[in-house]
Amino acid sequence: MFVRRNPQLNRNDELIHLLSIEGLPASILTHILDTAGTFLSVNERDVKKVPLLRGKSVFNLFFENSTRTRTTFEIAAKRLSADVINLDIARSSTAKGESLLDTIANLSAMHADMFVVRHSESGAPYLIAQHCAPHVHVVNAGDGRHSHPTQGLLDMYTIRHYKKDFRELTVAIVGDIVHSRVARSDIHALTTLGAPEIRAVGPKTLVPGDLREMGVRVCHDLAEGITGADVIIMLRLQNERMSGGMLPSAGEYFKTFGLSPEKLALAKPDAIVMHPGPINRGVEIDSAVVDGAQSVILPQVTFGIAVRMAVMSIIAGNSA
Amino acid sequence: MSALDKLDAEALYGELLRGVRGLLRPEGLLVGIWSGGAWLGERLHQDLGLVGEAGVISSALHRDDFSQRGLSAGADHTRLPFEIKGRHIVLVDDVLYTGRTIRAAVNELYDFGRPASVTLAVLVDRGGRELPICAALAPATIELPAGQRLSLARDPAGKFSFEIR
Repeated sequence: MFVRRNPQLNRNDELIHLLSIEGLPASILTHILDTAGTFLSVNERDVKKVPLLRGKSVFNLFFENSTRTRTTFEIAAKRLSADVINLDIARSSTAKGESLLDTIANLSAMHADMFVVRHSESGAPYLIAQHCAPHVHVVNAGDGRHSHPTQGLLDMYTIRHYKKDFRELTVAIVGDIVHSRVARSDIHALTTLGAPEIRAVGPKTLVPGDLREMGVRVCHDLAEGITGADVIIMLRLQNERMSGGMLPSAGEYFKTFGLSPEKLALAKPDAIVMHPGPINRGVEIDSAVVDGAQSVILPQVTFGIAVRMAVMSIIAGNSA
Repeated sequence: MSALDKLDAEALYGELLRGVRGLLRPEGLLVGIWSGGAWLGERLHQDLGLVGEAGVISSALHRDDFSQRGLSAGADHTRLPFEIKGRHIVLVDDVLYTGRTIRAAVNELYDFGRPASVTLAVLVDRGGRELPICAALAPATIELPAGQRLSLARDPAGKFSFEIR
């Protein structure tokens, strides 16, 4: 029988690319989180650099804009001693008509060792991973609506940091679930790590009922969705959803699905509030919550660097 | 008699203790290399009546075989509960072999500051050096075939013995 292998793993089931959390065993996720813990302490040393990727070239290929993700990948690669090349692809070769695979072939000829890829098309990092040389590693930094695995992993790191164990947790993900690659990655990661209750909370246009197939509880009422939650993950509301007619207005959305201090009081008293950023204060989340004691939004950013260092060092240490 | 029978880890520890007493300068610091060296460092620290706790250093983040073997376990074991800048350090390990672990551990040490000096003390020197590194103290010297791995073990009571795999 022909068994299709997970393209992220080599023959020894070691991680060689990070393309999606879906299909990765809990042992690999846990190994990444444990390794990230190590790198968190490196970031507190006199010399905030380790030589694991010395002499390697990491190309940041952002076909879609992102400041935070690109910057944290850049910092992570530099702290591993790699040379980092940032390419604003959206404004260069692609705009001149070069195909994705031609771009990759050209960059490979410049001796790239790792590609960090963000693309508006779901699956683009897979295509690159399938066509690059065996020694080249690919990290998905967000593809279309599909996956954002390092954000999912840094969310898991944050949850584990504050809550220790996934097996008792109720996690509410609130907002535009259907268009969110972050939500999809979080749901896969939480399921794999054993979180018993995951709730997808939002209006019917953004949280369709068929999400139940992913094993989540669908709630169209914010109060119901966050009552008793240990972790609340707020998603950014993209402005184009309003112009697309899926939502009436930002003000209306805030009234029904915005996280205010009063709504937050329905969650467990020690619940944490997360957000992948950038935040729209007063749209999906109240300023008082963003800046409040239960917010762990800024620690997420710090953990994100350590998690990306872990991912890059683990895949670079495994060969195809 | 096998090589293992000749190695009485507890007796060698006694010699190591006497030797380290002489090596350690006033205000000197003990740092053990994870994992066997860290056990030795911990017990030496106690037996020498030093204040505070012994340091632990991991070689994992500076290993030169990373591209072949990947990230090895124990990378998060470095614990230096003191400033090392300007201090005299005695680095302790169980077995000295190629010298590569020592090179990596010294690099790791330097990520925390510039010590005044670093001296190496080990229980066993098994030869086979691939780098210009030597120990100031090694109570036992033995020869083992290259394929064999010699390491220290510690039972629940804290007693040391050697394992060959």
